[in-house]
Amino acid sequence: MLLLAPPLFAFGLVYLASLVALLVSAFWSVDAFTTEIVHIWNVDNFRTLWDESAYRTIALRTIGIAAAVTVTDAVLAFPFAYFMARVAGPRRRALLFVLVLLPLWSSYLVRVYVWRLILNQDGVLNWALGKVGLPDAHIAYTNVAVWIVFSYVWLPFMILPVYGALERIPDSLLEASRDLGARGFLTLRKIVLPLALPGLVAGSIFTFSLTLGDYVTPLLAGGSSSQFIGNVVYSSVGVSNNVPFAAAFATVPLAVMAVYLLIARRLGAFEAM
Amino acid sequence: MALQLQGETRALNSTATQPAVRLSGVRRHYGDVRAVDGVDLEIAPGEFFTMLGPSGSGKTTTLRLIAGFEQPDEGRIELDGKDLTRVPPYLRDVNTVFQDYALFPHMTVAENVEYGLRVKGVPRRVRRSKVEEALKMVRLPGLGSRRPVQLSGGQRQRVALARALVNSPAVLLLDEPLGALDLKLRQEMQIELKRIQREMSDVGMTFIYVTHDQEEALTMSDRLAVFNDGRIEQVGTPAEVYEHPATEFVAGFVGVSNVLERDGRRFTVRPEKIRVNDENGPGERGRIRDVVYVGMVTRYIVELDSGGELVVVRQNLETSSQEALEARGKRVRLEWRPEHTYEIKEGNES
Repeated sequence: MLLLAPPLFAFGLVYLASLVALLVSAFWSVDAFTTEIVHIWNVDNFRTLWDESAYRTIALRTIGIAAAVTVTDAVLAFPFAYFMARVAGPRRRALLFVLVLLPLWSSYLVRVYVWRLILNQDGVLNWALGKVGLPDAHIAYTNVAVWIVFSYVWLPFMILPVYGALERIPDSLLEASRDLGARGFLTLRKIVLPLALPGLVAGSIFTFSLTLGDYVTPLLAGGSSSQFIGNVVYSSVGVSNNVPFAAAFATVPLAVMAVYLLIARRLGAFEAM
Repeated sequence: MALQLQGETRALNSTATQPAVRLSGVRRHYGDVRAVDGVDLEIAPGEFFTMLGPSGSGKTTTLRLIAGFEQPDEGRIELDGKDLTRVPPYLRDVNTVFQDYALFPHMTVAENVEYGLRVKGVPRRVRRSKVEEALKMVRLPGLGSRRPVQLSGGQRQRVALARALVNSPAVLLLDEPLGALDLKLRQEMQIELKRIQREMSDVGMTFIYVTHDQEEALTMSDRLAVFNDGRIEQVGTPAEVYEHPATEFVAGFVGVSNVLERDGRRFTVRPEKIRVNDENGPGERGRIRDVVYVGMVTRYIVELDSGGELVVVRQNLETSSQEALEARGKRVRLEWRPEHTYEIKEGNES
């Protein structure tokens, strides 16, 4: 207990205190004239967020794309993780592990820029489409590009927990299902999928929260109407020096994540991590 | 005794009617390992048939071949006269009770038990009454809404049994179902299983039971097959296998290996058939090397002067543990009737 005290203290100070500071400053405001922070409690920041439709749109876009990325990654990760956990032999499994983790060894920025090269008007994608005689795709600097890049960069964070959940299902459960008359697809639906669900939910916590808090990918891969909450926070602090407003907007993903985690806990995600 | 006779008549009848299960020349190799190396077997309808053997002897693989989880490299598997060799498990009229029970953790007990019926599209009302009936049969009524994690090992075992029985398969396969239970519970479940099997054998359900526990095999089976190294050493009723072991392996695995060689003839004597006389009495001379007091009986390990060693079991009729243990090192003579010795053929050994 005593040995735990220093790290707990550091955690409390560094981690929780900054969160509390964030919450508290959201209820302050900035003097428009002097740009000094005025320490008077008010909910003006939240009122602005609610009233201005631009901020609502940005919040909904952020949550919407985060949800789309999560669903995409779940759909892509499940068959991949299933193959890794239950079909591949030990050598092929090790190879796939390396392939899943390899992108994480390179810089996040590099991976986003690479997607720019792919999606650009004269990029790899349109070159390939032209080769097979298809018309150009115009997805560079759109929300579609943001969705694709996010789905790519967070995919490993979905594959790994799903793999963990699938790998833990004893063979005998699948044999029992077949023994009791269920064909492959039925066994997948009634046994494998429910037992992999905690892993899927655990992975979705990563993909959802990482997307929710990001501002680099919308900035680099998105267009003028791809702003995320993070971009507003960035410009509020960096451009208009309005920390209280940034703090107020930052509580939105925090609240969304809190609700999401509560649901995830009910689905048993934390036993699968 | 009645039970054994019943077993023998069934075994005789089996040649007249179609066997429930027939394996012919079945082989299953994994690389160099011959898990099942040419097994021929006929099991009669309604029979309690046990496959007995040490681990790695091929008994579980044979069971998995009958269930359809494994495909034989060679040979044929028939169920009720129909070739099943290439039929997938979900189309076989066979259900398995797994060693680790394999209950679905995300389902309640009732959902587990009704799984097979649901998959086959049995209507809800029929399902419910059948599940109730099955849970009653394994003496777990009213536990349907529990989750498997909330049950004890013995209860889980019963649920696994109910989940298989509810489908009324032609053949029920049991893979060391009592292996994970403690001794007391195991003995209780043996009696319970036997009761269920008697009820089920009236409708012709065949039980195929895998165990490495020779006592379990002897007390429960109508007939049993002793496996060794992927092959069957002997098939017979418990009495036949115990009293007339066909090979040295069977003599050793079923009961105690009491094998002697005299005048170029190898034979076995069961430990309870040997009388211990004092030094001046009749019989072969020897010295008690060790004494094991087991409560009900005492086991004496006797070194014979003319070579070999025999285990002798004596009931503790009048001897106390003290007296029994003092016998260590004493010179004795051992006597047995010739009709209680069984010759072992060298050829069957391998």
